[in-house]
Amino acid sequence: MDKVIIAEELTLAYNKDETIINQANFSIESGSFVFITGASGSGKSTLLKSLYGAIKPKQGSLVVGGAQIKNISSSKLNFLRQHIGIVFQDYKLIKEWTIEKNVMLPLIIGGFDKKVSEQQVHKLLSHVKLNHQSGKYPLELSGGEQQRVAMARALSHNPILILADEPTGNLDDYSAELIWNLLEGANAQLKTTIIIVTHHIPDTIKIPYKHLHIEFGTIYEVS
Amino acid sequence: MKSVKNHISLILALFSILFAVQIFIINDRALQAYEEKLSSSYSMIVVSTAPISLSQFQQYSSSIKQVEQLSADEMIKKLEENVSPKNIALLKLSLPKFYRIHLSTFPTSYEVKKLTENLKKNSTITKVEDFSSNHDTVYKLLLLFKQITQLFTGVILIVTLLLIAKELRIWQFKHSERMSIMGLFGAPVWLRSAVLFRVALLDALISSCMAILFFYFITESTWTTQQLSIIGIDISIFEPITDGSILLGVSMFISILLASLIVVGYKEEV
Repeated sequence: MDKVIIAEELTLAYNKDETIINQANFSIESGSFVFITGASGSGKSTLLKSLYGAIKPKQGSLVVGGAQIKNISSSKLNFLRQHIGIVFQDYKLIKEWTIEKNVMLPLIIGGFDKKVSEQQVHKLLSHVKLNHQSGKYPLELSGGEQQRVAMARALSHNPILILADEPTGNLDDYSAELIWNLLEGANAQLKTTIIIVTHHIPDTIKIPYKHLHIEFGTIYEVS
Repeated sequence: MKSVKNHISLILALFSILFAVQIFIINDRALQAYEEKLSSSYSMIVVSTAPISLSQFQQYSSSIKQVEQLSADEMIKKLEENVSPKNIALLKLSLPKFYRIHLSTFPTSYEVKKLTENLKKNSTITKVEDFSSNHDTVYKLLLLFKQITQLFTGVILIVTLLLIAKELRIWQFKHSERMSIMGLFGAPVWLRSAVLFRVALLDALISSCMAILFFYFITESTWTTQQLSIIGIDISIFEPITDGSILLGVSMFISILLASLIVVGYKEEV
């Protein structure tokens, strides 16, 4: 199976004295479902940020979707990000845009046809049970609803990889279940690689997954 | 409502700058007209023992525009009753030539002094009257007026630039979140900043339209025309094509610069 992420001797740090991830080696196969766990401050989110190029490796190599993150140019990074869907704990929705336009964002960036984009957005909004709210603005929705919008946005352009940082951290049970179902569905039906950073792996997960655990800057694979 | 407030603050700041720019243009135009008026009324008197032509005068200064020979006939007429015709004829021959010199521009005090010195180098010129004390008073008043208006324009520009700098920080805060989110999904810089430039250009267009309309109505008002005619200056306060283009250009330049500074100063959130 193709590897979508390959990390070799990967070291991540925000400054010289504070190493977050130390000489990690791991790889993630295309189409796999991966959980990254660890205590607060262990470096889970830092690792996730490095996967979409927000943090560059201090040492070692990190290849995502065939692109070396360490010395990636801004145009190549933009291209890579156009094939990744990201879900944040704080949703990161554009407040002055409607729900519909927020979900359409990756399609606008990708230059998709407007009619095709609108159809895709309506389909996804109905999947997250928010079709009736498409004209509203993010701040008019509850936290759970906003995260469902963020989820729809992450899926809208059929990315090769979805990165989710504590996607259900602040959600009610109903919204959390919807999010897990969507992530599992994308993985099972579209073969999208899913990487989720979380404190706790839900018991309801029905599909096989890989589990990486971070402790003291080292990444272990939990069998 | 908040968005309208954000627009208004930039529009007003831009309008203040455009107001200062147009005041500067009007001031410059008025001073130029005033200088022309002064130069047409200012002249020097030269007394020479031999006739001197315009081209000969212009050898001493290219700013000499016109030379007018003053006739001595009226003075001689007064003497005709008491002096014999023979002596009158002798007097006419021995009388020096009087010239009034007009300059193309209103000279500075230094230029008047220099021209007087140059003219005196001609051995036939016996006297140069430059009316320097009168000239100096008018010239100093003109300089004072120039400096006061330049200071006034400068103060307005500094205050409005400070307003713009404050506006820049607000915009940076307001737009950086959206630009950051778009960046996370791979939007190139031009697409991330497209909204910013659109808003900046729209505000520039609105503020320049406001300034153009404001000065257009001022020009049309009879009060303004009356005030200008009182001080004897006939200038156009606002020329729709040239001044309008300058105001639009300045406004566009500032807003594009503002938007570009935000784009350059933008740092991706980590």
